[in-house]
Amino acid sequence: MSEEKWTVNFVVYRKKGEGAPHYQTFTLEVSPEEYVIDGVERIWAFHDRSLVFAHACHHSTCGACGMRVNGVEKLTCITRIRDVTSNGGTLRIEPLRNFPVISDLVVDMSRLYVGMDKVHAPAVHPLSMAPLEGEGIKPPREVPMDDGKEYLRLADCIECGLCISACPVAGTAEEYLGPAVLAAAQLQGLGRAPDLTAVVDCVDGVWRCHSAYECTAVCPSSVDPGWRIMDLRRQVLAQRIRRWFGGA
Amino acid sequence: MENPTKKPNTRGILDWFDPRGRRVGGWGFILNRLTAIGLTVYLYLHLIMLGKLAQGPEAYDSFIAFAKQPLIMFGEMLVIIGGLYHGLNGVRIALNSFGVGVPAQKQLLYGVLGLTLVGSLIFGLRMFATH
Repeated sequence: MSEEKWTVNFVVYRKKGEGAPHYQTFTLEVSPEEYVIDGVERIWAFHDRSLVFAHACHHSTCGACGMRVNGVEKLTCITRIRDVTSNGGTLRIEPLRNFPVISDLVVDMSRLYVGMDKVHAPAVHPLSMAPLEGEGIKPPREVPMDDGKEYLRLADCIECGLCISACPVAGTAEEYLGPAVLAAAQLQGLGRAPDLTAVVDCVDGVWRCHSAYECTAVCPSSVDPGWRIMDLRRQVLAQRIRRWFGGA
Repeated sequence: MENPTKKPNTRGILDWFDPRGRRVGGWGFILNRLTAIGLTVYLYLHLIMLGKLAQGPEAYDSFIAFAKQPLIMFGEMLVIIGGLYHGLNGVRIALNSFGVGVPAQKQLLYGVLGLTLVGSLIFGLRMFATH
């Protein structure tokens, strides 16, 4: 890591209980090669132990550290400070949008997990059904496999919620399933999982999307939810057309 | 941990129009919403204008004379721009919804903007040449 040091103002969203939200500024000396989560952790460690934020893996696997950095959804463990501000600059750190704020930078992601359950792609599997537990044990549903016969569960979706936060209509449609959930349905495919048609072919399913493609732009795992939603629409339309002509 | 509010962290429809951090598709969405609202307002103004017909020829003629003011003609230009953009972007989204051109959604949006510009110029030139 370089010896270069930057002075950066972290302007952090704070909210406790029913209190009004406000912003608190912490001025830190950081290496520009550090990641945003490093700065947030340092604030907690050396400036204010009451700061609430979520993190775990530090390598973009757990999806816990999603926040808005200068107004854009980022997974803060892979967002280098150099890429989002400059020496003497500001980093505005806010919680994800479109989820209830529990405290400071932590949001209640139930909306996402409930949606995943609706499309039979639960975030947590019973241990007996976990696909990594050995021979003969399968996921709860048949999901596509790549050429190497590896399960492609949710095409690497880490359920970070950035897509729901970035979606401009998710804030005015609380029942909207949202990009990650629709992507999970698309991956299974309506042909393989026809029961999902009723879940996604509705006003708060594929038809609520207004094609802003912000979900795809912020996704840290290249799931491309925007494309997947459009493909799911295509599948729904194909099913309808087949039904018009008497098909199944 | 207890969630005190359960109210989503959103500013509602204000977030539709928040341009901060938006990319090409997001700007397309913002323009689509703005033109939708503009066209809806215009529809009501248009119906009010048509109501002048029921008030007799003098009322209608005086409105037409009023409508030839530069400000009103500028408003008509906005209607044309909004109508062209909204309609063409609708075609873009419809194509995407059939699985056509999704990876090229940005380029399609640039095409929509280009066609809107060309169509608006043609209309504007004809309108100002006629009046």
